[in-house]
Amino acid sequence: MDYGLLFIQTLNGLQLGLLLFLVASGLTLVFGILDFVNLAHGSLYMLGAFICASLTYLTGNFLIAVVLALPATGALGYLLERFLVRSLYTRDHLDHVLATFGLILVLDTLTHLIWGPAGIAIPLPDWLDGQVEVLSGVVVPTFRLLIIAVGLATAAGLFWLVNYTRLGMLIRAGASNRTMVAALGIDIQTLFALVFALGAMLAGLAGMLVAPITEASIGMGNNIIITAFVVIIVGGIGSMKGAFVGALLIGLIDTLGRSFIDDLFKLFVESNTAETAGPAVSGMLIYILMAAILAVRPQGLFPPKVR
Amino acid sequence: MIGFGKSSWVTLAIMAILLVLPMVFYWNGNTFYLSLATRLTILAIAAVSLNLVLGYGGLISFGHAAYIGFGAYAVGIPTYHVFYGGAEGIATTNGLFQFGVAVGISALFALITGAISLRTKGVYFIMITMAFAQMAYYMFLSIEEYGGDDGLVIEVRSKLPLVDLDNPMELFVLSYVSLVVAMLMVRTIIHSRFGMVLQGAKGNNERMVTLGYNSYLYRLVAFTISGAMCGFAGALMGNFSSFISPEMMAWSRSGELMFMVILGGTATTLGPVLGSAVFIVVEEFMSSYTVYWHLPFGLMLIGIVLFVRGGLMGLLVGKGR
Amino acid sequence: MAALLEVRNLCKSFGGVAATDGVDLDVLTGELHAIIGPNGAGKTTLITQLSGAQKPDSGRIRFKGHGITRMPAYTRAKAGITRSFQITSLVLDMSVLDNVALAVQAHDGHSFRFLKPARKIAHIRDTARDWLQQVGLGDRVDAPTSELSHGEHRLMEIAIALASGAELMLLDEPMAGLGPDESARMVTFLKGIKGTKTILLIEHDMDAVFALADRISVLVYGKIIATGTPDEIRANADVRHAYLGEE
Repeated sequence: MDYGLLFIQTLNGLQLGLLLFLVASGLTLVFGILDFVNLAHGSLYMLGAFICASLTYLTGNFLIAVVLALPATGALGYLLERFLVRSLYTRDHLDHVLATFGLILVLDTLTHLIWGPAGIAIPLPDWLDGQVEVLSGVVVPTFRLLIIAVGLATAAGLFWLVNYTRLGMLIRAGASNRTMVAALGIDIQTLFALVFALGAMLAGLAGMLVAPITEASIGMGNNIIITAFVVIIVGGIGSMKGAFVGALLIGLIDTLGRSFIDDLFKLFVESNTAETAGPAVSGMLIYILMAAILAVRPQGLFPPKVR
Repeated sequence: MIGFGKSSWVTLAIMAILLVLPMVFYWNGNTFYLSLATRLTILAIAAVSLNLVLGYGGLISFGHAAYIGFGAYAVGIPTYHVFYGGAEGIATTNGLFQFGVAVGISALFALITGAISLRTKGVYFIMITMAFAQMAYYMFLSIEEYGGDDGLVIEVRSKLPLVDLDNPMELFVLSYVSLVVAMLMVRTIIHSRFGMVLQGAKGNNERMVTLGYNSYLYRLVAFTISGAMCGFAGALMGNFSSFISPEMMAWSRSGELMFMVILGGTATTLGPVLGSAVFIVVEEFMSSYTVYWHLPFGLMLIGIVLFVRGGLMGLLVGKGR
Repeated sequence: MAALLEVRNLCKSFGGVAATDGVDLDVLTGELHAIIGPNGAGKTTLITQLSGAQKPDSGRIRFKGHGITRMPAYTRAKAGITRSFQITSLVLDMSVLDNVALAVQAHDGHSFRFLKPARKIAHIRDTARDWLQQVGLGDRVDAPTSELSHGEHRLMEIAIALASGAELMLLDEPMAGLGPDESARMVTFLKGIKGTKTILLIEHDMDAVFALADRISVLVYGKIIATGTPDEIRANADVRHAYLGEE
């Protein structure tokens, strides 16, 4: 086995896992606290990428663009909460799903109107565009290491926020007892709007980080959203820890599966069959994993205690 | 619902229009509307099947487009092998075989994924059905032999006794008759003892369990029936479009199917049909005006969720969910 | 008399708090056995374990001499145990008759029958209608369940429990939320069916309990502290101390 390749693919898996975590954490926060199912969460991921692309060309610097695009995406999330999502809290999950399904069409088309149908590539500053030799003979793009670092830092920040801050306490209280928080005189509407905005920022950040690799493109959010759903189903909907563990698990299994399942199959069946079945199975791997976990734990790995 | 109330007359009237209008257009030389009506009718079958679980069972399946895909590939793959060799065992253009496989495979997929999904509830169920459909989507996407994401052209339509599917009018009539049969089937099921249990479990599952019903099994059976019916619609769809691609199974397609049911009115006989009709006609109308039609369309969807309770049937006969 | 239901050393705790703490209980065939106890004594938790909605941590439950401790709720129902709910639990979007008919249908063979319209099956509908007549809801059969009053819902719960054909009825506070007149009606009705069914009754209304019960068990903090006839319970010092003394 090629250990250099294994190492690189593990890093890639980690990177995918952390990007998934950024998307899934927002999804799980919004569901856990607001009890709101947001299909359009992937559109915020896409909008983050596009806003960042425009700002990169405007400011000439990707990092400045990210710093500016984050509050912009957050503000967008705030507005969405204020003008649409808020009126859906009293509705059932089916209505959430349908309304945000419509919202996806609206946001995708607006993006098309503003940025045009083609994807937009985002240029990186030179010092991020290179490669680093992390082990002898194993080179990794610098930017991928940055993604991993940002992902880990955000995860740490979120754990701190949820577990050790007043906002986090309110967030956890809001999750378990909405009326109680309201009775304590805390403006729950603002709290909810802030949580939604935070979720939007997290999804947007993931989009900004991925765009220099893949381009910002319409519909980019519609693929990752399903994988993010798988992540939070596996992890337990509403659980931050579950989102983190689930995201890394899914990221690693998906990446490693795609690169090594052919070889694995070749151990058991003839290579022709392996090459046909390999891609089909590797694409299905995370869903099979999801099914297996659900068969044992219908509430996911870390089911939230309340609810 | 029993006997001939207002909704029954509305149902009959709209079904009559759906039958006659496309024919009139067709005989006046306008084939486009017949084609539109055929597509609409086929999707209506899928919506009717979804309504069985969504409307009467309260099970929000977000993965029904997968069955349309299974049904279509059940036509496409045997036909492909007739033309390009390989897999002698299944290479055939025999429609009875293809439709049989479409129904069988769909039922099997529904049975397996349903057995897992139905252990969960609420938002888990929505997301899991969605994820399983996406799994099927990726599976077909990665099978290069059948075109991957480029899709697969169906060289000849299914060979069936009595009807010639190459004749657009006969294809339409077959689809229409299938739709009527599907509507009657669902109607019969929901009024049966089985249907009463299914609806009871939607309204109050705890009560049904306390009465001694294993509601899991009843739901699984309903889910399987629904998947099988939807697979049949998929086989028709394959014949209608003569082309299949994984895109037919994408989750946005499942979302559209759900919307048709809600738009028309859940848990009504005509609702899903009405919803499909309005959905397809509006989509066709808007998309002919602008490439940006998804914008008004999306706004319309949001508006319907916010302001139209009980769907179009609710507006028409004052009866909703 | 033989015990229809035997409970031995039943335990169930939630996060370290014992809601059921070694309960022993015998419910004899044909008796009306009441369980009383202060709020939070674990009465409803006991019922949910008997009906199968929750699984006990330890201990065993025998019904008609067969162990049912690990049996799922729907199988227990089939075996002959039914419950009513403290908080009304009905299918609100169905008619009154449909609700009761579902209970009759449940012990009329399996329901994987897809063709015949359920509302046209005469023996099911007639039986359901009879039960509704008996509880005094004969004129409400076709109304949507959601339109009935709270008191009528309580009566429906009883009709459903009766219609399900169960030998053992677990009634969880059937008088909850009823006015004096309605309560009196319920007591009269329960008196009427007494002896035809074995009933385990949980109730706060002491007048009702002492008027109805053959035997009473007193549950305090998850433990049965006394079991006996109403007169014995009235005279029991522990009970007076733990329970009646607080009233």
